[in-house]
Amino acid sequence: MSVLKAENLSVQFGNNRIIEKLSFAIDKGDYLCVIGENGSGKTTLMKTILGLLKPSEGTIEFGDGVKPNQIGYLPQSMNLQEDFPATVEEVVQSGCLNRLKNKFFYDKEMKQACKEMMEKLDLLPLANASYRTLSGGQRQRVLLARALLASSEILLLDEPVTGLDPERASEMYQLIHRLNQDGMTIVMISHDVKEIYQYATHILDFGNKVTFQKTKDYLKEKGIV
Amino acid sequence: MSILDTLSMYFQYPFIRYAFIVGILISLCSSLLGVVLVLKRFSYIGDGLSHVAFGAMAIAAVLHLTSGRLLLVLPITVIAAILLLRKGRNSKVSGDAKIAMISVSSLAFGYLLMNVFGTSSNTSADVCSTLFGATSILTLTSSEVWICVILSTLGILLYILYYNRIFALTFDEDFAKATGENTERYDLIVAIVIAVIIVLAMNLVGSLLISALVIFPAITSMQLFKSFKQVSIASALFAIATATIGMLIALVQGTPVGSTIVVMDVVVFVLMYCLSFVLRIHV
Ligand SMILES: Nc1ncnc2c1ncn2[C@@H]1O[C@H](COP(=O)(O)OP(=O)(O)O)[C@@H](O)[C@H]1O
Ligand SMILES: [Mg+2]
Repeated sequence: MSVLKAENLSVQFGNNRIIEKLSFAIDKGDYLCVIGENGSGKTTLMKTILGLLKPSEGTIEFGDGVKPNQIGYLPQSMNLQEDFPATVEEVVQSGCLNRLKNKFFYDKEMKQACKEMMEKLDLLPLANASYRTLSGGQRQRVLLARALLASSEILLLDEPVTGLDPERASEMYQLIHRLNQDGMTIVMISHDVKEIYQYATHILDFGNKVTFQKTKDYLKEKGIV
Repeated sequence: MSILDTLSMYFQYPFIRYAFIVGILISLCSSLLGVVLVLKRFSYIGDGLSHVAFGAMAIAAVLHLTSGRLLLVLPITVIAAILLLRKGRNSKVSGDAKIAMISVSSLAFGYLLMNVFGTSSNTSADVCSTLFGATSILTLTSSEVWICVILSTLGILLYILYYNRIFALTFDEDFAKATGENTERYDLIVAIVIAVIIVLAMNLVGSLLISALVIFPAITSMQLFKSFKQVSIASALFAIATATIGMLIALVQGTPVGSTIVVMDVVVFVLMYCLSFVLRIHV
């Protein structure tokens, strides 16, 4: 059974149809890369998967134990205002939001999970640092930690390395790769073909014709290997 | 010791004690709300709503509603808040223009009503007291005091209980929504709480000065502190301090309560702004 399945999915803003009758399905542990030019609808697709946008047609379904609100999400770029007061720990902790259910406050277990996640992503030394003074790479790690707390099954990443220098970008890709090898299903939007061809198991290309293929079929068809 | 003597004499009057309790609670409540509004870039909504409340107050005055006026003013302001906060998807008028339009038309409408239908001999004094608060905090009926106490305690409690959700929603609404938070419900709650606080605060500082209670404590705290928690707590403390000192000065010097509190807010802001440079805090 697929973890994530889109069937006949269409999304539009007013009369402007951005996604047209798209169907695809991925299984647990898959690594799907979404590629395409700016403005082709990649973020729109991701927001539809997250339930932030309503499809005008078709459906998105989750399976294999994933619930719609148990998705980790790393937004493309947050238009966070420059002076927002928040520490790294506060931001990471907000990843436990979907565990609150009927509780008002984060309990010991959630706080412990948050500590462990910060340790895993090397954020403990920054716990009390102000989020807005962090570098781009550090910010992405913080948002990744938050996303990982929200889900242990599926991770949606919208251009996670944009704005990072090549070294940090490559670290980020390796981190995501490790998560994938540990069983996490990944859906990532990216422009870096080298890493995509290396790590992704599936490619969804918002080109002239929208295609969804296994990476090796995609490469064969494009004549790359 | 003469000032202390004067004060202890004043504090024997229940209406003075009520004024302090209500004034501090309202300031505290406004300052917490302010943290959210300032960070969500909604500061101007408070301003717009205060003018709506003025218009509603004018209607209440014309209808000779006295103790029942909250029953009229509150619902009108709540409805206006919901309309203003609703993200107009296919609206032809942009958000800030909409607020400006509602705000000035309520002012004009309210003033006109009070002028044409007002029965009091001194309309300008009435208008002035609604706009700047004047002495209304000292003339609260005991039922008004109770309403103020209950509603502002409720506001503070909501902020504390929903603190973690408020942070997440203010920091990144999309993320909160994606993890299953019902953001529309929170927008509705925020709208109601804003409206209630605006109406309550009219008694304290009048409708023109309400925004100061909402904005200043939050901005002041943001000069000094870097975490959301610290900013929330500091806002509350600054609000309590400025309200208390402002009201004491007003009492002793006989200055208008509302503007004295607001001037205290400004003074504290300037002090903290300078302090942040002295301490070289770049938060
Ligand atoms: N909220 C919106 N309202 C109207 N049009 C939008 C909205 N968001 C995105 N679009 C349009 O949808 C198209 C796809 O945008 P997006 O999904 O962000 O592209 P990508 O992420 O692939 O760069 C763009 O042409 C954009 O102008
Ligand atoms: Mg995009």
